[in-house]
Amino acid sequence: MNKTKNEVRIIIDEAICKRCGFCIEFCNARVFEADKDGLPLVKNLDDCTNCRLCELRCPDFAVQVEAVDNE
Amino acid sequence: MAVNLGYREYFKSDAMPLMWCSGCGNGIILRAITESLSDLQLPPHQVVVSTGIGCWGKADDYMKTHAFHGSHGRALAFGTGIKLGNPDLHVIALMGDGDALAIGGNHFIHAARRNMDVTAIISNNFNYGMTGGQYSPTTPLSSKTTTSPMGVAEPGFDVCALSEICGANYVARTTAYHVTQMKKFITAALQKKGFSVVEVINTCPTHFGKRNIPGDTASMMKHLKDTTVSKTRYDKLNDEEKHNYMVTGELVNRQRPDFLNVYKGYKPGDPEAAGGEGQK
Ligand SMILES: Cc1ncc(C[n+]2csc(CCOP(=O)(O)OP(=O)(O)O)c2C)c(N)n1
Ligand code: SF4
Ligand code: SF4
Repeated sequence: MNKTKNEVRIIIDEAICKRCGFCIEFCNARVFEADKDGLPLVKNLDDCTNCRLCELRCPDFAVQVEAVDNE
Repeated sequence: MAVNLGYREYFKSDAMPLMWCSGCGNGIILRAITESLSDLQLPPHQVVVSTGIGCWGKADDYMKTHAFHGSHGRALAFGTGIKLGNPDLHVIALMGDGDALAIGGNHFIHAARRNMDVTAIISNNFNYGMTGGQYSPTTPLSSKTTTSPMGVAEPGFDVCALSEICGANYVARTTAYHVTQMKKFITAALQKKGFSVVEVINTCPTHFGKRNIPGDTASMMKHLKDTTVSKTRYDKLNDEEKHNYMVTGELVNRQRPDFLNVYKGYKPGDPEAAGGEGQK
């Protein structure tokens, strides 16, 4: 779980993720990087534009992009 | 106060992980359907998902709507019966290209001809995924499959053109890559009275993709983006260029009277009473 200045949180469910690489490859802001096994790691959360395309394009429902409530 | 139904109200998250292979686009279509149902706030108990057999035909296992999981090729036959028995229900038939157009080809053309008020969402991965990657009626000429190792010697169906000529009221093509467009078309199809078809061009990395598209699962998904163009752009291409692309977009959107309307208004000897000419 990561927090960012633009108040977005991205959660990857490691047990559900099948390492297809879509979220890493198709993020325009290059927010993810793969670990040695292909698991996406959230590396550049500050660049996330909250478009949520990674969530919609994950075939396994393993990505959650959430607005963070700072209250 | 109205309750807001999010996509999770239509998605059985406790059934995860999904059965599909890594990089298979089926999960992306499933997500788009649940998002569309949420956008329309359709009560889950008023939606029936009808399926046959195939990898995509397993999608109903993951939905919190009603489901009728029948035999191979018959999703539209069951869907027709469900709709006629209870016209208030929203009926969605989920079919692979083999399910819809090989064994189910007759049900498909007649559901379109009758203009049954059912939404067909076809995952077209150009082969029979579940049974090991045999060629299907949509496999493009010269593509390699397990049953055509030297390339298939037949042309494939254009699913959308077939749907149009048979009489569907709404016909759209998109791909598993185009998630926003996919949701938009599914939402429009669900709202359309009469037969609606959304063809989603999909990857089957395990079989068709491995034999026909170089690279990893992400390259196969990118291939969908690179080999499709909008109708406006497609119409400007010359014949040779057209050969390399598939057209995406809303291809048909018309108002032929649907089956139940025609049936209810039908008076023997007076075709006009049933909403006018059938096919035009
Ligand atoms: C009556 C009958 N014939 C054949 C089969 C074997 N069979 C199961 S799935 C399938 C085709 C699946 O291909 P498709 O419909 O394109 O769906 P996909 O698996 O690619 O999603 C076939 C031929 C069957 N289950 N029942
Ligand atoms: S898109 Fe989903 S399944 Fe694919 S690598 Fe990303 S989190 Fe994993
Ligand atoms: S065999 Fe093909 S269609 Fe079936 S789940 Fe695997 S990738 Fe998807």
